[in-house]
Amino acid sequence: MIGIGGRAPEFELPDTDGEPQAFETPAVVIFTCNHCPYALAWHDRLMEVARDYADVHFYAINPNDAERYPRDSFEAMKERVRGDGGWPMPYMHDATQEVARAYGAKTTPDVFVVDSGGALRYRGAPDVDYQDDSLRADWLREALDQMLAGEEIARPETDPVGCSVKWRR
Amino acid sequence: MTVELLWWEGCPSHPKALADLERILREEGAPAEVKRVEIEDDEQARRERFPGSPTIRIDGEDIVPPGEGEPYSLTCRVYRLRNGRVSPVPDPEDVRDAVRSRVA
Repeated sequence: MIGIGGRAPEFELPDTDGEPQAFETPAVVIFTCNHCPYALAWHDRLMEVARDYADVHFYAINPNDAERYPRDSFEAMKERVRGDGGWPMPYMHDATQEVARAYGAKTTPDVFVVDSGGALRYRGAPDVDYQDDSLRADWLREALDQMLAGEEIARPETDPVGCSVKWRR
Repeated sequence: MTVELLWWEGCPSHPKALADLERILREEGAPAEVKRVEIEDDEQARRERFPGSPTIRIDGEDIVPPGEGEPYSLTCRVYRLRNGRVSPVPDPEDVRDAVRSRVA
């Protein structure tokens, strides 16, 4: 698990086309999934952020145990992306859960912002309220704006809110 | 009237579901205490026919019946609010309708 200022773990995971996607910086790493209502409620806001920050690499990673949660299977992930007509970021399957463990992901969603030097600059929720679309993932946007401007992050850490990551037993 | 809230600790939504439920019971003058049932493992989930957290039952009936073939497991339920939005808790007006149908 990494703390703010610590080096973000690198990774390479398959996206829903089966293509390996390697970690590049600056980046936003979002642990998310198919079955969690919190992840679904924030989904559109996070996709919009990815569209708005084209110079940042975005990665959506599903870390859940697909055996116990078939809605989070790799096949279900592929179907979802296909059904949506594509996503503005790769949706990747962390089958071994090693990436989620390395980041210390707790929930879906759980958002990590990494600067061009590979240091973690923000970790937490997209914004304060999953029910309020007008917020537009403001905590994430604020962290990105400050990072890209070379400033200190005013709010580097918030409590992630969502369903617990479903670890394998 | 028996009112039950079945919940699992892996979902942070049950405190809000309980608060909404207790408020609505008070507002509707329904003389019922909420029995809280924690679901702790998959076997208990199957035994209790638990489709996810939170689940509210009044007189044994789920106030938002799950879809056909919905598995019973430790998971978070996905509800739809009346405005179409996805939510981890049922729409308060669905809760109110369920309570009213019993107290009327």
